[in-house]
Amino acid sequence: MYNSLVALASMGGLGIILSVGLVIAAKKFSVEVDERIEEIEIALPGVNCGACGFAGCRSLAEAIAEGKAPINGCPVGGIAVAEKIAEIMGADSGNAPERKVAQVLCRGGCAEAAQRAEYDGPNDCRIMNTTQGGDKGCTYGCLGGGTCVEVCPFNAMYMDENGLPVVIEEKCTGCGKCVEACPRDIIILTGEEYGVHIRCRSLAPGKEVRQVCKVGCIACRRCEKECPCDAITVTNNLAEIDYDKCTVCRRCVAVCPVHTIEEQDGKPEIKAKKAG
Amino acid sequence: MVNLKNFRGGVHPEYNKHITSDKPIKVLPAPKEVVIPLAQHAGAPAEPLVKKGDSVLLGQEIGSSAEPISAAVHTSVSGTVLAVEPRPSINGREVLSVVIENDGQDAKAPMTGHDDPIQLPREEIRKRIEAAGIVGLGGAAFPTAAKLSPPRGCKIEYLLINGSECEPYLTADQKLMEEYTEDVVLGAKLLAKACGAEKTIIAIEANKPEALRKMKALAGSNAIEVVALAVKYPAGGEKQLIKAVLNREVPAHGLPAQCGALVHNVGTAWAAAKACRHGQPLIERVITVTGDGVKAPANYLVRIGTPFRDIIAAAGGFAGEPGKVIAGGPMMGLAQFDLNVPIVKGVSGILVLSDKVANEFDPMPCIKCARCVDVCPVYLMPVTIEKYAMNAMWDEAEDYGAMDCIECGCCTYICPSKRALLSWIRLAKTEIVEAHSRHSS
Repeated sequence: MYNSLVALASMGGLGIILSVGLVIAAKKFSVEVDERIEEIEIALPGVNCGACGFAGCRSLAEAIAEGKAPINGCPVGGIAVAEKIAEIMGADSGNAPERKVAQVLCRGGCAEAAQRAEYDGPNDCRIMNTTQGGDKGCTYGCLGGGTCVEVCPFNAMYMDENGLPVVIEEKCTGCGKCVEACPRDIIILTGEEYGVHIRCRSLAPGKEVRQVCKVGCIACRRCEKECPCDAITVTNNLAEIDYDKCTVCRRCVAVCPVHTIEEQDGKPEIKAKKAG
Repeated sequence: MVNLKNFRGGVHPEYNKHITSDKPIKVLPAPKEVVIPLAQHAGAPAEPLVKKGDSVLLGQEIGSSAEPISAAVHTSVSGTVLAVEPRPSINGREVLSVVIENDGQDAKAPMTGHDDPIQLPREEIRKRIEAAGIVGLGGAAFPTAAKLSPPRGCKIEYLLINGSECEPYLTADQKLMEEYTEDVVLGAKLLAKACGAEKTIIAIEANKPEALRKMKALAGSNAIEVVALAVKYPAGGEKQLIKAVLNREVPAHGLPAQCGALVHNVGTAWAAAKACRHGQPLIERVITVTGDGVKAPANYLVRIGTPFRDIIAAAGGFAGEPGKVIAGGPMMGLAQFDLNVPIVKGVSGILVLSDKVANEFDPMPCIKCARCVDVCPVYLMPVTIEKYAMNAMWDEAEDYGAMDCIECGCCTYICPSKRALLSWIRLAKTEIVEAHSRHSS
């Protein structure tokens, strides 16, 4: 009986002393937390893609709360997320960030591109690229390993039967992970309204391109001559579109003899193009 | 055999050296046309010294560089320069190369030799080796002259001459030691003098008794020690050789000179002897053409720049449809897709495997057996680095020592799930190097 009383008293006393200590510590060492950071982080998409230029959604939330990043700083979330954050911050949401989508600038799949070797290493484009430059004859085009699809945090890409990656534009948020992962640099981000793309990155002369790919740009310059707004220029054996000038008139599509230039449905001509 | 020098880790692949180990070195006639890449070595590529239409003499310098780590390039035939243009090379990329049409004369450029080259002063030996464009003939093709000047504060105590030839199938070094014993020993003495080493040791794997016997017979009278190594891959790895022979360890990210040792291949010693005695630059080398995909496997002395196609034709051509043509051995060699690529200084063999031998496997999930950890000769955990690489976690891969990987391929060889561990580790290495250069710029 006596023993259990001693135990009760000592443990109870210890408990009281420690709890007092904890209360003091909690008061003294408490850290001021900006509650808005938590709220903004919840409002953000939460995939830590890095498209905003910060390390992740938390970093962007901190930057917005401190006023170091714009309210519409998340290009992935678009206007919906910007409005939510504006509500939290009590500020104006600003304009919707320009929505960009990824475009794969290569059409040379298994059917179009010549194979020069058999590759049997790991299915990763970066490894393929360093292993004798991959199995395709063209050393500029898509390797077909699907690394872009693998890294896409939004499941916005898939490999088609022809061995080429396809972007599902409704799901694409323009985070740029695929652009970064592609060792051949054939993926770019453009404004979603642009519906005409020159899908080739080969700098090889036309004759060599013809030998390795049925749909590669041969730098014939017909698109350059046809374009009414000087948006296409051919340099280093490759035609490139200046998207700032392009009005999606589709005239180049019709003249391209090798069908390198592709038009996308549902993206109408831009009538009122800003001057320049 | 007692007291074989050994190290931890490594694997025992099928050696298959019997195919060519009794075939004497045949001199392959110079081809009609040679393609000599200007980047055959580690370091900066050489700049061309000739242009289209020039006529060149055998052994004439056709490429050089002012960079500290680079090597001169010489023509291996006399004739006319057909082109200076990018041509495919063994690493799958196009490299600026000099294409020379052979006039069959072998008219030599002036070469200054020395009857007793060991009398040459130390600096002169180094200069001659540099002028001859000699690089490590074991495979890495690091410029020999650069390696001979030890970094500040390091004293070379031991020169190890690497005659282990641990790559399966290859017998080029073995035949070189058997047939050019004298040149190899002279080369060893010249290299020792050039780097100021106190002691020279020639290390040979115990599966080459004839080479061991011949080297021992000649080296003994020259105060060079010959040691037998346990037969294991990668016994010829620089760090593994130093560990086995001297029981010293090269520090991580460090150089062998930091533990007082320097390693040179027997082929390099042979080339150094030729350069100092006859003034002959590095324009030929011994290679092994072997594998079950070629009709008449053999050892050849070939001119640098000879296309693979010509060499395989000389070896009787393909026996059936080839599965894989590899520049080098099966463990570290590079598979080729174009037979027009030329032999370069660092290629010690052409291995042609039939489809049956070169069969591929689909990787299966890792079963965490840790065999790759057991066999890794540099004490890494390949399984962990592979996993980090697959998830693009380069910082973690670096923490686990990815940069110390010697790319021997033991992990990939031993993996029961046939996972391509080395491919992923190599990817991690390139990504880490890129990240560092991004960071510093």
